[in-house]
This record gives sequence, C-alpha cells and structure tokens, in this order.
Amino acid sequence: MTTPAATVGTIPEDRPVGLWTDALRRMRHSPAALIGGTIVGFFVLIAVFAPFLAPYDPRIGSLAESYLPPNAEHWFGTNVQGQDVFSRIIFGSRLTLGIAVLSVVLGVAVGATLGSVAGYFRGWVDALIMRSVDIMLSIPGLLFAIAVVSWLGRGIIQIAVAIAIVNVPIFARLLRGSLLSLRDADYVVAARSVGVRGPALLLRHMLPNAIGPLIVQATLALATAVVDAAALGFLGLGPPDPRTPEWGMMLSDTYRYLNDAVYLAFFPGVAIVLSVLGFNLLGDGMREALDPRLRR
Amino acid sequence: MTTATEAPVAAPIQAPGGGEPLLRTEGLRVHFPITQGLILERRVGAVRAVDGVSLEVHRGETLGLVGESGCGKSTFARAVIRLVDATEGRIFFDGTDVTALSGDGLRRMRRRMQMIFQDPYASLNPRMTIGSMLAEPLSVHGIASGAEARHRVERLIETVGLPRNAVNRYPHEFSGGQRQRAGIARALAVQPEFIAADEAVSALDVSIQAQIINLLADLQREFDLTFLFIAHDLSVVRHISDRIAVMYLGEVVELSPSKQLYDQPLHPYTVALVSAVPIPDPKVETRRKRMILRGDVPSPANPPSGCRFHTRCWLRRELGDPERCVVETPELRQLRPGHGVACHFAEELMGERRGQLTTAAADHSDARTTDDEEAVGPTDIEPPPDPLDLLPGDATQH
Repeated sequence: MTTPAATVGTIPEDRPVGLWTDALRRMRHSPAALIGGTIVGFFVLIAVFAPFLAPYDPRIGSLAESYLPPNAEHWFGTNVQGQDVFSRIIFGSRLTLGIAVLSVVLGVAVGATLGSVAGYFRGWVDALIMRSVDIMLSIPGLLFAIAVVSWLGRGIIQIAVAIAIVNVPIFARLLRGSLLSLRDADYVVAARSVGVRGPALLLRHMLPNAIGPLIVQATLALATAVVDAAALGFLGLGPPDPRTPEWGMMLSDTYRYLNDAVYLAFFPGVAIVLSVLGFNLLGDGMREALDPRLRR
Repeated sequence: MTTATEAPVAAPIQAPGGGEPLLRTEGLRVHFPITQGLILERRVGAVRAVDGVSLEVHRGETLGLVGESGCGKSTFARAVIRLVDATEGRIFFDGTDVTALSGDGLRRMRRRMQMIFQDPYASLNPRMTIGSMLAEPLSVHGIASGAEARHRVERLIETVGLPRNAVNRYPHEFSGGQRQRAGIARALAVQPEFIAADEAVSALDVSIQAQIINLLADLQREFDLTFLFIAHDLSVVRHISDRIAVMYLGEVVELSPSKQLYDQPLHPYTVALVSAVPIPDPKVETRRKRMILRGDVPSPANPPSGCRFHTRCWLRRELGDPERCVVETPELRQLRPGHGVACHFAEELMGERRGQLTTAAADHSDARTTDDEEAVGPTDIEPPPDPLDLLPGDATQH
C-alpha cells in the first residue's frame, strides 16, 4: 500500500452523526413525537412523584365523605368508599405504567429471542416457532390475557405476564420478518464474504438493523398494554385487593353509579385515554424518525 | 460456410498465454428451487440461474462477464465466492475445489477471494462506522488487532482515496462514489488475490464510474489482483477486461479476447448487443442500422429447447429457421484462437456473407419495429464513450 489514490471529496470535520443521534434529532422535529413524548413524560413524572403529589392516601377513605362531586378539597371528587379520586388516579399511574413497561419488556425479551432464533436458523426451528405464533395470534388478545390471568391467578405481576404473553407472538413475528429480509441484504452478504459468521453476524450486522421497527412496535405495545391492563381490571381480574387504585378497577367500581356520578368514570377514563394517546403518538413519531426510507 | 473449422473443444476455451488458471469452474450450475404448498413444500421446478458454465480466470487477468439483467452473471459470481451454493459442477481456486469446503477451510478461502457489490447504498452496514467495518475482517481472520489494525485501516482508507476522517463516519455521511470506495476497501482488507466485482460501477454517475474503474485498474496493478468484472455496460467491460464472456439465460454463449469480441463478434446475440451500443456521432447514429432483438428474455425456469437463443435469434431467421437450433444444444466451440462461440451457425458470420446477413437482419428488424408488436431491444445497455464500427454500414462512415 504505497501509492495512495488521490483523496476524493471531503466530509465536514464536525462530530460524526450516528444513526441514533440522527433519529433523535428527527424526533425533535416531529409534532407527533413531541406531543406524545410530553404526555408520556407527564405521566412518568406523576408516577415517580406520586407520594408528593397526592393529597390523600389512595387506599383509605372516610365513608362520611363518600360520593362527593369535585370540589376544592377533592378535585376529582370521592367515590363510594369516600376515597379521593385525584389521589387514586395519581397512584394508579404507577400501576398502569409499571404493568405496561413490565409486560412490554418481558414480551420483547421473549418475542425477540424467539424471532431471532426463527429468523436466523430457519428450517424446522422456524416452522415450529412460527406455527405456534400463528396459533397464539389466532386467539383474540384480551381473551387470551383473561385465560392466562385466570390460570396464573390475580395480581399485578400476573397481569403483566399475561399481557406479555399476548405480545410475544407479535414481536417474534416482527423480528423474524426483519431478519429474513436482512439475510439477503448486501451488507450481510458482504459480512459473510469477509468471513463473519454465526452470532457475530446476527448481533453486529442483522439485529442492529432490525431493531428500529421493534422499538416502534414496543412503544405502540405500551399503549395496548395500558388498555389491556385497564380492561382486565374492569372485568374484575385486577389485583385482588379491592382498594388498589387501578384505573380499570376504578372504572368498574363506578359504572353502577354512572347515572348519578359521571365524574367517577370520567377521570379514570380520561387518564386511560390520555396515556394511550401519548404512547401512540410517541410510537408514530418514532416510526417516522427511524424509518430508513424517510431519512434525508 | 464450411464445417471444416468446426473443431469442438472439450476443455474450457483457453486464454492466449495459457498456464494454470487461478479460478476454474467446471459445468457450474446454480438452480433455485420453485416450491409450492404451505406445509409440505413440493418442488415444482427450478430457476436455472446458472446452467453449466465452464470458465477460467487466469492470474492477473480481468475477465469481463456481460449479459442482460437476469442472465445469471451475478449468481455466477456469488457461487464462485460461495455466497450461494452450487447445485452442480465444481469450482477450483488455485487448484482447490471450493465447492467441497466448509467451516474453517471455507473461511480461510474467503481471505483469498472477495467481492465488490453493485449498490453502494445497500452494501454497507448503516449501523457501523467505516473504521469498524474495515477492522472486522482483520479480526475475523486474525490478521491484525489493536494499534496494528488501526494502522491498517488507515492505510486502506488512504489506498482507496477516502478522506482520513472517514474512520469514524457512518455510511450515510458519504456520497455514492465514496461508499463504493469503502466497499472496495473492505474487499481489500483481507488482501485477496481474486475479486469479483458485481456491477461495481453500474449504480454510479458516469464521471464517478471512470474514477472507480481507474481505481480498480490501479489496485490491480499494485496488488497483482485477478478480477471477475461483471457489468451490463459493454463499454465499461471493454475498457477494463482482457477477455469477455457473454452470458445468455445462464449459459456462456461467447468467450473471446476483448478486442476481438467488439471487432467481430461471432454469436448472433453478441452481434445484436454490440450493434445496439449507441455511437456518439449523430450523423452515424441516424444512418446506421441497429439489430433489434424481438420478444422478451424467456424465463430461466423454463428455457427454450436446443439453443436457448433460438426464440429471438435474427441469424436463425435469416437462415430460414433451421430445425437444428430447436433440437440440438450448441457447445462452446473454439472457432479462432481463444475465441469460443456456442452457435451452430457461427461460421456464417466468419466469411463474406457476414455483411450480407447482418445488413439484411438489421433491415428486417428496423422495418418490423413499426409493427404493433413492440420491439424489445437489448436492455440495460448504456452508451459507451467511443464509436464502434460493427455493422458494415458504419464502417465506411468514420
């Protein structure tokens, strides 16, 4: 290597721009991502600082004060047991976000592993995994979650696991699809031709490029997890302690009194809708930012 | 014409100069199965991407490989590098049968043969910096690590003419030409002897194409490389190749030293290809006649019987549709030293009747282009930089 070719063209001397940095920069310019991120951030803050924000203990009510409409002391009113709805919603965000995050983390971990194995090894392993996935996907998600909760028993962890199990086939199928298309991508073939094999090929060349859609799907899955958790709570499959401030349980506690006290259903409903909207907007924004076809 | 010159050769056509070739394929076939059924996949046929190719590439030589899209030239290159498995036939690299290799043997062989890819936008991992991409082959093969690897990466980047600060950059920060240089650097990283360049310049601007071709030529001289240069652009191939093989539907139909192939192609398909190359002289261009191939390229899943080109062959039409073309598969016959042709009637194009035949065919095909049936010219052929005097009508005009 004695005679270097003439250098062609230059590239600006500033800091190299990685793909994630670039995606983040694009997200800052996307209204959907900004609004979604703000809403999600808002709920995260509430969940973290719940003990400082809530004026009352969410589990303790005084029957003397039951059934109060919104007023200066109880901003969102009180329920039948006289518990402060405002405090319950604030503490409920912890449960909801916790279940959502836990279920998605579990779902991604298991689903991505199965998807990688199927997409990388193919053959009968792939056939086995994907047919199981097909069977799981043929069962309606909520019904499946109900079945799992009644099998595992009621409880917060059980709910998260149930929702995670519902999510597993979605992530498995998504990642497998990305990996299959990446197997024949020129840069993967090129890596093979310079001698890269096995786990290195999967971990360095394929997974990093398949992860974008997975992240988007995970964000959107957070939104469905919130709804599913609320639905399980509403259907009476929430945590066994009836005092637990879970948004779905709060809804189901109050629907009998809907004619007299709309506000009881209104506030948990708004909380659910807002958090779902936040995660959805954030997911859409991320999709735009991470989509390679939309890159400048 | 006589059949006296017809002397079928068993061995692949030798390059003038001979010697033990660096790369030799024997009856290489790559068939992709077509399957049907969801659970029990039945094999219902095969796409015969490469169907019996025997070629030799000699040390230090550049063998050009041309043909229409889908004729199997890329698949051939990938099979040689063992990126797709050969269905049949053997590949010898420096005397070793590559098709028999696996595991570490294959990995070691990959140090010696590399590939440059067509699309510089698809061939670089978008999540890896150029530096780590170039360092990877070094560590995979245990060539160098640490400071030594960094030093080598820097020299590679210099060798292909990329700016020094490219090391920490991601592919999307580069232009197409720069990316292709990065791809070339990756191929050079393991210090190979043989490089298959699969349409290495087709995706680039014409001005950048020249830069990259010159770079490849420089590298060949400096590192004593052997090239298999695949392209659909005849002028590019002619510029860089010592010999050229023309492929049609998975078979080599003509193999010849580069100049001879342009001056006097002997396979009717090559004649049509060369005649379709535009000439950058408007006077010549308007007056000369082109030979237009009619019809689509037949499906490689169901190639025509006999000579695969007979469905579109102008020479066969001029000769009154002889039955032999449909019935008998032509062998690659050596008609001139180092010049092989797979056509039963190639001798017709060697003597004085050549001018008569080509002119007549060009007349016919030009006249017929006005028919309702749409004429399909050879696809993918791009304008070359200089004129070619092939059809007799042209020869007198410049």
